[in-house]
Formats: sequence, C-alpha cells, structure tokens
Amino acid sequence: MRHRADLVFKLVALSTLVFALVTLAALVFDVVADGAGRLDWQFLTSLASRRPEDAGIYHALAGSIWVIVLTGALAMPLGVAAAVYLEEYGTRSRWARFIEINIANLAAVPSIIYGLLGLGVFVRVMGMGRSVMAGACTLALLALPVVILSTREALRTVPSTIREGSYALGATKWQTIWHQVLPMAMPGILTGLILSLSRAIGETAPLITIGALTYIPFAPDGIWSPFTVLPIQIFNWVSRPQAAFKENAAAGILVLMALLLAMNAIAVFLRDRMQRQGRS
Amino acid sequence: MSLASRPLSSLAGISSRAGQTPTDSDQPVKIDVDRLNFYYGPKRALDSISIQIRANLVTAFIGPSGCGKSTFLRTLNRMNDIIPGTRAEGTVLVDGESIYAPGVDVVALRRRVGMVFQKSNPFPKSIFENVAYGLRINDMAQSKAELNDRVEESLRQAAIFDEVKDRLHESALALSGGQQQRLCIARALAIRPEILLMDEPASALDPIATQRIEELIYDLKKSYTIVIVTHNMQQAARVSDYTAFFWLGRLVEYDRTDRIFTAPAEKLTEDYVTGRCG
Repeated sequence: MRHRADLVFKLVALSTLVFALVTLAALVFDVVADGAGRLDWQFLTSLASRRPEDAGIYHALAGSIWVIVLTGALAMPLGVAAAVYLEEYGTRSRWARFIEINIANLAAVPSIIYGLLGLGVFVRVMGMGRSVMAGACTLALLALPVVILSTREALRTVPSTIREGSYALGATKWQTIWHQVLPMAMPGILTGLILSLSRAIGETAPLITIGALTYIPFAPDGIWSPFTVLPIQIFNWVSRPQAAFKENAAAGILVLMALLLAMNAIAVFLRDRMQRQGRS
Repeated sequence: MSLASRPLSSLAGISSRAGQTPTDSDQPVKIDVDRLNFYYGPKRALDSISIQIRANLVTAFIGPSGCGKSTFLRTLNRMNDIIPGTRAEGTVLVDGESIYAPGVDVVALRRRVGMVFQKSNPFPKSIFENVAYGLRINDMAQSKAELNDRVEESLRQAAIFDEVKDRLHESALALSGGQQQRLCIARALAIRPEILLMDEPASALDPIATQRIEELIYDLKKSYTIVIVTHNMQQAARVSDYTAFFWLGRLVEYDRTDRIFTAPAEKLTEDYVTGRCG
C-alpha cells in the first residue's frame, strides 16, 4: 500500500513536470515557427523601420546591451559593498537590522514603482533625461535587493576557519575580506548578479515609465543617448496590426531568449572556472 | 619574578628539584598571565588563570573537552575577539606588555603570536600563495626574490619543502591532511612570530603524520616559544617541557612535564593523567 502511494506521488510529480515542460516547449516552438524565418543577418543589423520587411532589431539589441552592462557595473559594486557592510560589519546593530528588513521588502516591490522612482529622481531631479544612464540607474535599483541578498548568502558560505586563518597571520578585517572572503564568495556573487540582470533585461514597465522610446531609428552611442530595449521593441511590434510585424516580434523574442541564455551560460562558465581555480 | 613567587602551590620549590636541566627554568618568562577570567556572554569559561610560560620551551595544555584550554590558548593572541559577546578580565603580558590594554594593536599582536588550528585551514590558493599571503599583507618582502626566499625558508622550517617543491603553484587543497597541516605551520612561520600557538594540531592526523608534526615541534622550539593544546596525553609527555592541566575552566596544576606525569601534586591531575577521570 505504501509502495502504491509512493508510485502515485511519483507519477503526479512527474506529470506536473512534464506539463510545465510541454507548455514551455510549445511556446518556444510557436515562437520559432513564427520568427525563425525572419531571423537573419539583415534583421540583426537593421534599425527600426515602418516597413516590416526592412525593420531590424539592431538598435534595441544594442540598447539592451548598453543598459544591462551599465546596470551590472552600477549594481555589482553597490550591492557587494552593501552586503559586506551588513554581513561583516553591521550584523548586530539595530540600524543594520532596519536596513535588512527594508531590503527584503524592496525585493518584492513591483517594478513599475522603480520606474516611477527613476522618472522622479534620475530623469527629472538629477537631470539625466531619457538616457541609457537613467535606465541603467533604475534597473540597478531593481536589481540591488537580489544582488545584496545573494551576496550575503555567498559571504555566509565562506567557512570561519578561513577567516581565522587570515586573522591569525596578522591580517586586518579589510584584508581578510578583500583577499580571502570575497574571492571565495565570488562564484556565488556572480551567479546572483547575473540572475538579477537576467530579470532586469526582460523588464519593460520601468523603462517605459522613465521614457525609453518605443520607436527610435538609431542605436545609442553613449550613456547619455536616448535608447530602447528589446522587450519594448517587441511590445511595439506585437501591438501593430500588420501580420509581418508579428513575425518581427517573434524573431525579436528569439534574440532576447538567445541573449538571456548567453548570460546564463556566462554565469555557469564563470562559476565553474572560479570553483576550479579554487581547487586546482 | 620567579616561578616560586606565584600563588600556585604546585609551583613552589620548582628550582630546587633534582634532575632538572638548568636551562629550562633559566628561560625568561615570555607570557605572564595574572588572574585571567574569560566570559562567553554571561558564561564564565576561564576562572582566574595565572601562569608563566617560558621562552623557547614547549608548554602543553591538557584537560578534558570543554575545560577551557582552547579558549585560554585563543586569549593569548586575542583570537576570541572575533567571537561576538566575549570578554576578558585580568592581565596577559607578552614580553612584559599587556595585550588587553586599551589601544593595543591586535593585528600587530597576531603577527608576533602565530597560530595553527585544529583543523588544517589552507586558503583555496596555491601552496606558494598560502605561505606568501602573510608576507604580502604585512609588507614583509621588499622584492620578488625575497618573497621567494622566505616562502622556501618557511616551507623548509615546516619540513614540507621537499614534498612540494615541484608543485608550489598547484592548489594547497590537493595536499594530504598531514601536508596541509605542515603547510599551515609554514604559513604561520613565514611572518616570523615569536610565539606559536597550536590548537590540537595533530588531532585529525594519522600516527605517521602526527609523528612528523611532533618532530617538527621539537625542532621549532629552538627558535619559537610554543604552546600546544592536546587531548593526547602521550603527545604532551613526548613533546612538551611544561604541562598545564585544566579542569572546568581552572588551572589545576602547572609544572614540568615529567613531574605532571610521574608525581603530580594534585589528586585531580593524577586521576586525569592516569585515565581515572575525564
């Protein structure tokens, strides 16, 4: 009887897994069927156009890469520094606990709220305009809670024996953190960073809120340039009545998925390489 | 200050004891501890410890688990400072200077008082970098050549150089347990401390690796003052010149090792070293 219950549970678990995978596969297949024919060199290198057959994704792809690289460059040092403070320096203070609760709450705030904040603070008050910089600052805010939380997790996995070994050699706290703790935590930190960037790269709402353009005929040429990103361009195409633009949207989705998979692959690669460096 | 002036009855008359080599009690006092109390939060872990540890000798701390011997060892380089909620009272003098006085540079203290841990803890870096780390962070090598020389010298002192000389730039984690522990000793020696604290350095090793560590301790006492915590009574008898017996956070008896093991003054010590308790 117990064996049968076991078997039933196994089948239920397996079928839910299969159901999820089949749904995903169907979606991917649908997108590939619609978009694969449109995906060629011309599509990747052309700018937006009113004629669907001439339109390309280059400006949005470039915009996405600009924004995401800058977001990472902003979120990583800030997030790691905040996590080091909370985990290594301020763990016992009331102030640190207050910050901690707020960070956990921030992770759950809807992304459009970050967009409104970005519009108010970065675009208007700080005068960044509708630039790549304003978008990256907004997305960095969005990514920060996750970066901080995953960095703290990574710092906690560093064994105390390593810290003690470093202190026993006359290292200061900062030297111990910089030379021993952070390098050991780096695979975990990078994994968290790239996962949060993967979320940020798919964000549409906060960037539309701060005024990223939905139609733009050029790629950004600097951090103060106006920009658009892949999800916004895809959204723009989907909302057009012509069937040919739907094909473009499907092809755009394929590009976005390829970019996401590439980022995750980089995360796995970096993590493996660093772990091996530690061992060999 | 002479040993005989200490309040512990077991130390009285030590200099007149027959069969004692004159050099041992002539050694200057390196660490002088007076009525040290130590607390983990509200819990008192050490109760009024007073002891004088002499230079260039091996002093062993023995006693059952939880008796405070490791805690006491860790007060000597203020390693307990990194555990939140701990507190020390009393004085610990190293070369006559109080290490718990306000304004003492703990980092500088730990440079003078090195430590080897129970579980070998090599950094996940190359063998070379493990030894070079202390030299680098303390700016102790002015050139690449000097760094190389001092790494090699330390590895030789720890009797591991010949085993690793062809793979200095491979990971330290690939070494065996005994090799890792000797690497940790080399790492501690690289910054040329005056005192070496060893917290059960051989408890996780097999008998052959243990023997090598013990031989090493014997060689090292020429240049260093060594304090070793051990669970292994035979080991204390083999390697140490003086032995301190701890029981429930108190120092019960401190004397020459041969006295502790053959004619202890306290009944409790005798019961412990003969295996009747603890």
